[in-house]
Amino acid sequence: MDDLDFIGYTCPVPIRPTDTVVLGHGSGGTLSRDLLNRLFLPELGKAAPRALDDSAVVVMDGQRYALTTDSHVVSPLFFPGGDIGRLAICGTVNDLAMSGATPVALTCGFVLEEGLSFDILQQVVKSMQDAAKEAGVYIAAGDTKVVQKGGADKLFINTSGIGKINDGINISGANAKDGDVIIVSGTIGDHGIAVLSARENLGFETKLESDVAPLNRLVQAMMNAGEIHVLRDPTRGGLATSLVEISEQSNVTIELDETTLPVKPAVKAACEMLGFDPLYVANEGKLVAFVKENDAEKILGVMKKNNYGGDAAIIGKVIGVGKAQVRMRTAIGGTRWVDMLPGEMLPRIC
Amino acid sequence: MKYVDEYRDPAQVKALLGEIGRVVTHPWKLMEICGGQTHAFLHHGLDDMLPGGIELVHGPGCPVCVTPLEQIDKALMIAARPEVIFTSYGDMLRVPGSTVDLFNVRAKGGDVRVVYSPLESLKIAQANPDKRVVFFAIGFETTAPPNAMAVLQARQRGIKNFSVLVSHVCVPPAMEAVLGSKHNRVQAFLAAGHVCAVMGYHEYPPLAEKYKVPIVITGFEPVDLLRGVLAAVKQLEAGKAEVENAYERAVTFEGNQPAQKVMGTVFQPVDRKWRGIGMIPQSGLGLRPEFESLDAETRFSVGEIVTQESPLCIAGEILQGLKKPPQCSAFGRKCMPQSPLGAPMVSAEGACSAYYKYHRDVIYG
Repeated sequence: MDDLDFIGYTCPVPIRPTDTVVLGHGSGGTLSRDLLNRLFLPELGKAAPRALDDSAVVVMDGQRYALTTDSHVVSPLFFPGGDIGRLAICGTVNDLAMSGATPVALTCGFVLEEGLSFDILQQVVKSMQDAAKEAGVYIAAGDTKVVQKGGADKLFINTSGIGKINDGINISGANAKDGDVIIVSGTIGDHGIAVLSARENLGFETKLESDVAPLNRLVQAMMNAGEIHVLRDPTRGGLATSLVEISEQSNVTIELDETTLPVKPAVKAACEMLGFDPLYVANEGKLVAFVKENDAEKILGVMKKNNYGGDAAIIGKVIGVGKAQVRMRTAIGGTRWVDMLPGEMLPRIC
Repeated sequence: MKYVDEYRDPAQVKALLGEIGRVVTHPWKLMEICGGQTHAFLHHGLDDMLPGGIELVHGPGCPVCVTPLEQIDKALMIAARPEVIFTSYGDMLRVPGSTVDLFNVRAKGGDVRVVYSPLESLKIAQANPDKRVVFFAIGFETTAPPNAMAVLQARQRGIKNFSVLVSHVCVPPAMEAVLGSKHNRVQAFLAAGHVCAVMGYHEYPPLAEKYKVPIVITGFEPVDLLRGVLAAVKQLEAGKAEVENAYERAVTFEGNQPAQKVMGTVFQPVDRKWRGIGMIPQSGLGLRPEFESLDAETRFSVGEIVTQESPLCIAGEILQGLKKPPQCSAFGRKCMPQSPLGAPMVSAEGACSAYYKYHRDVIYG
């Protein structure tokens, strides 16, 4: 064999900035943020305060309201533990609750593909009603559009919502403080893996269910128990992406303890097989809270008594200000950096 | 979780680190072949816990990274055709070709689908008889047997609308290329445990002997990795150069013979260009002539592709272990996972992506 001179060999030409939207722009990670910063915010966000929380805060006659909107495009429409209808209600209720608001009313817009069966639509609507009842909100307005076959994938639902923020509540991704204790409300990654295994028919032996749930009552109980600085529901992009966002918004250093992260064995096993990290897998019924150190145990106790907080756990702390960074103390005693999800999460090859 | 937690046991890790510390008296450079091992070292923060003198040199065992640009450009051309459903392991979708990646092809209307097994591609072919289904058969000896099985089954079941774009590579010739380079700085190998689970390690004794280099078959969990490091360091300290199996629970000398048989039935050794490295003789697997009708390259007559590599990315040196990602001026600045300049920043097994994910403190402090 000729002696290979490796010096000078190079990798590919830089890929051109994409001129089209790719699925990764909807992943909730870095690409989503690029789209927001490059296109939407400069054009549409000029007048709005740039909090970039799960919902916006608008003030009318001195009263603060939380306002948010979310579109739901899940496939399959029905998955273990939930369906697009429950997802559409819970997603918006939770976004409102993460501002400390009491959700009041929702709107819903349906985009229906020609040929969708009434039976399916009926089931979805029933599920929406059940979820709304559980959350204590009502559907105040709606809209329906039908597109021709192929113009949408069966059924898309947009929900918007409004909630009232009571005096004295000040919860935002920008409010993390030095010494804050970080609590997650339960096992992470359940929703993403449940939907993935249903969609791809992965045939895992254990039945995994999505965690999709309205969290507003849990939030109310937590607020009654102690001082909360940050709340976020780590949906697309997973817990890691939410924590990186919060570290940047508040300019704080976060340290996590890998051994304390609650992960169901089935989710852990699926992630090990597929090459995923549960930190980046979507949740739909979980929240992460940054709370005042002295109140942490009390808030955790209240969470554990709630239907949707039984597996709540303290997972880390804010260990400094002035440097936006998330670090993980690994189970074996090492340290690594935790980053956002860059684009779509892809299964590894071998 | 059984079969995982016991190999991430902090007490065992501590004990092994202690033992390595007691054994080592010289600085040594060990290359972990597999990108999965690189990621495991960094994911667990294990690289920083090793005794000072031991340097890990990250090897070329990242299938996505070394798949040549020509093959990716061929994939992009085939995937863009309206009559094609192009199927691939997910990790390949973000790898840049000369102009775009498979995500962009999909965004412009190409039917590009992620599959978890090549047998899924066969199902897609059967369910879509009016389409031509292509599977991107890449990877090392780990993915070659299932990919060969898909080819065999397509033949046996008479699935005519299925073909494969093959770009398989093999580990031992790459190790020899590293050792034979005049710039080589590798003193011992942690051989890729998963590849050895398939191939065994009967290919390694001649390499160990010829280049006087210890080769230790090594797994992927922290305890496995440290056992590999310990065995390699012990040999180096003792002046030995032997092949040793530190991944006994998964690897035998002979390997998985039914898997090797399927591979041998479908594939034969071919010269293969490695992205970022160059042509390595007999380092790849291609379809045997009797399976030519299942070869996407002949079916779609993609012909010669002219590619252009850029001087910005130092992937070749990274894949050879000559440099580490933070030594690249583009690392973390111009080159990031969402806008990679080179494949090692893309892949779940690429060294640059491992450093970016777990070790960005090296540039940002």
